[in-house]
Amino acid sequence: MSAFLQVQAIKKQWAHAVTVGPITLDIARGEIVALLGPSGSGKTTMLRLLAGFETPDGGRIVVESEDVTSMPPARRRFGMVFQHYALFPHLDVGQNVAFGLRGHADAGAKAAEALRLVDLAGFERRKVQELSGGQQQRVALARALAPEPRVLLLDEPLSNLDPALRERTRRELRQLIKRVGITTVFVTHEQEEAFELGDRVAVLNAGHLEQAGAPEDLYERPASLFVATFVGRANVFRGAAARALAAGADLVVVRPERLRFAAAGGGLPGVVRERRYTGAAAFFLVETDGGERFEVLAEPDAAHVGDRVFVEAERVIRVAENGR
Amino acid sequence: MTRRTAQLAGAGLALLLAWLVLFPILVVARDAADGTAVRAFFGRAGEWAALWASVWISLASVALAAAIGVPLAFLFEWFDFPGRKTLGALVALPVVLPPLVGVIAFLFLYGESGFIARAVQALFGMPEAPWRLQGPAAILLVHAYSMYVYFYLFTRAGLAKLDVSMLEAAQALGADRWTTIWRVVLPLVRPSLVGAAILTFMTSLGSFSAPYIFGGGFRVMTTQIVATKLNGDLPLAMVETLALALVAVAGLLLLRRTEGDDILVALGKGIAPRPRPIRRPAIRALATAAGWGFAVLLLLPHLTLALVSLVPYGAWTTEILPPVLNLENYRRLFSEAERLRPLLNSLWMAGVSTAAAVVLALAAGWLVVRRRVALRQAIEALLALPWALPGTVFAIALAMTFSVHAPPLRWVLVGTAAILPLAYLVRALPLTGRALLAGYRQLDPALEEAAASLGAGQWRTLARVTLPQLRPGLAAGASLAFVAALGDIVASIVLYTYETRPISIEILSSLRLSETGVAAAFGVVLMVVSAVVLGIGARR
Repeated sequence: MSAFLQVQAIKKQWAHAVTVGPITLDIARGEIVALLGPSGSGKTTMLRLLAGFETPDGGRIVVESEDVTSMPPARRRFGMVFQHYALFPHLDVGQNVAFGLRGHADAGAKAAEALRLVDLAGFERRKVQELSGGQQQRVALARALAPEPRVLLLDEPLSNLDPALRERTRRELRQLIKRVGITTVFVTHEQEEAFELGDRVAVLNAGHLEQAGAPEDLYERPASLFVATFVGRANVFRGAAARALAAGADLVVVRPERLRFAAAGGGLPGVVRERRYTGAAAFFLVETDGGERFEVLAEPDAAHVGDRVFVEAERVIRVAENGR
Repeated sequence: MTRRTAQLAGAGLALLLAWLVLFPILVVARDAADGTAVRAFFGRAGEWAALWASVWISLASVALAAAIGVPLAFLFEWFDFPGRKTLGALVALPVVLPPLVGVIAFLFLYGESGFIARAVQALFGMPEAPWRLQGPAAILLVHAYSMYVYFYLFTRAGLAKLDVSMLEAAQALGADRWTTIWRVVLPLVRPSLVGAAILTFMTSLGSFSAPYIFGGGFRVMTTQIVATKLNGDLPLAMVETLALALVAVAGLLLLRRTEGDDILVALGKGIAPRPRPIRRPAIRALATAAGWGFAVLLLLPHLTLALVSLVPYGAWTTEILPPVLNLENYRRLFSEAERLRPLLNSLWMAGVSTAAAVVLALAAGWLVVRRRVALRQAIEALLALPWALPGTVFAIALAMTFSVHAPPLRWVLVGTAAILPLAYLVRALPLTGRALLAGYRQLDPALEEAAASLGAGQWRTLARVTLPQLRPGLAAGASLAFVAALGDIVASIVLYTYETRPISIEILSSLRLSETGVAAAFGVVLMVVSAVVLGIGARR
């Protein structure tokens, strides 16, 4: 069975020799996919290509076996939640939500239902300027979902909320999307958000898809040095230091929690330069004789600043250098 | 719409604008290349005197307007006293007086047979009027009255954008009040001051009614050009027009250079200083009294106009105050077909030209800002061009260009009903163009994208999302354009026909027939319509 939403070798060439793609990605019905990457990685371009606001210079976008590559956004039936929500300031909440329901006999009832879905029942007559940031976000979501789109697109959905609200909203958003069962693609530059909200995460870097996979796959089995270092904390060891931790390796990546202090004489020797206490554990900044610095996450009293220590790895990640 | 279609539309719009605003100027430039006329221009002292008069009157107008407008702006923005809000709004009132109406109001008020002159004459038992309102002083008086508002409004807007923390920072660094104003406040509001100076200079350089009515033997370039044209010396009129255009462009470029960095504007965010109550009772009373006195002074022309409009023909001879007041003039104005016609002419011509200017500006905004067509800079420059040149230049240029039959670029339009709306349209383009380009730039593209992603097509997006968002800018630009067309005199005087004569022409001919009451009634109607339209345009 072919995937619900297929991105086939999609490509966008920007004027100044910046290319996004070619990117190929299959997304299953009801799946939530995060596009994760630093700024300039092409993740927003990808989302706008999916929405139809940009025309690709190559490749195809297929939904339910229908080629929508050159279909204008208005006929694509992809719902979109914008980073700053783009609520129409001259319309009230109800009119905003009903905007995409023109021609529906029961537009009012459907809008009310969409608002109930996001916990804003009865907000129809409110002005959008009167709403809090979180409420605006939910109105934008209700507006996008009301016309029952085939795919939901979210551009940095939580970036405008304050940190305390963000964590709660993240869980609620995932529950809501799963309840509706809609296939969803969202853009974020925060790993935590991608991991918690997405079923699968596609990591983009400099216009290329580095790896797409479940959060555990990305963290434990990164396909490239970029993914290994961009997703989660990572120590990179090269040359002799790498060989001291894993025989025969020239380049390894080790998570701080996968390093531990060993008995004298074993592993990689170094001196503790800093200790950052976080409560349950502490990060120890260790400097080797060769001047390389790395972090070890261990029990708070595992070592002290100035201690001569030996470090060994419980698990190393072997990756190739960047560049293809 | 595809990229290709947008590019084609952009090229089409650029060509249309070039034909409207650039081609007539080129025609003038070509016709001015006439050896005899150029020699005549450089040889005659009168020409140089008129050109010099235009320049110094404009510079003096800037200085006078700044001297009145800037202190007023500080007073109303920084200090609090009884009646501050009401007075602050009243102070902007000269704006609702179209130039010609302001001029005749001054004539009725301060002219040799005006109220003030009559009162002084009666008071001292003089045999004749104590003064004549004529020459450069009279022109400057009218300019100062009508143009200080630019400095007042611009400076207030600049002060309102000031961040109070910058003033506090200056004080914390040991600057006293005057140092703060001189070293911090004035540099920060400099872009506003320069903006007001440019506007005043250009308006004054293009000013026609005041020199026309009060000039007497004193000529500035605008009146000189029209006089030469009416004398039939067309080549010389072309040279004069070109000379005035060059002075305008040179003045604009020089003033622009003093504008300073955009950084100053970008920094101007934050909370403006709160107006400080004036505490000392004596000063407070003085400020209040001065404020109200000033307001009365400002309102006198409006009141005079209203009063004179109530005086029936021939009823007022030597008395200080008119003995009879009734609505006879208004009755005549609205019941006599020949008097109603100029009013209707002005309304439909202003309406048509404004509508056309709005449509062109909307198309320009969309093509320039949204589609970023290749010719976007050309479109923007062409839209702004009529603003950089005095109205007289365009009036003459259109008169020359469209009095010749040479399709496809030139047709005989002079003498038809089309020429005045076309002239008004040219003058309206910078006003609507500027407002709508700014509106489009402030409009978040995500709103239109959101509409599209919700299934709205191009037209529905335009009607339901774009236009409602552009409404404030559109209303402001359109109302300014409408009022400018309604009050226009210079294009009208050069291009009108008897059938299409607008209000301003009717006012002049009423004055010539000594029907001051009718002229004033027309003035009042013009003033009220302008005020209402500007009020609608300023509503948020």
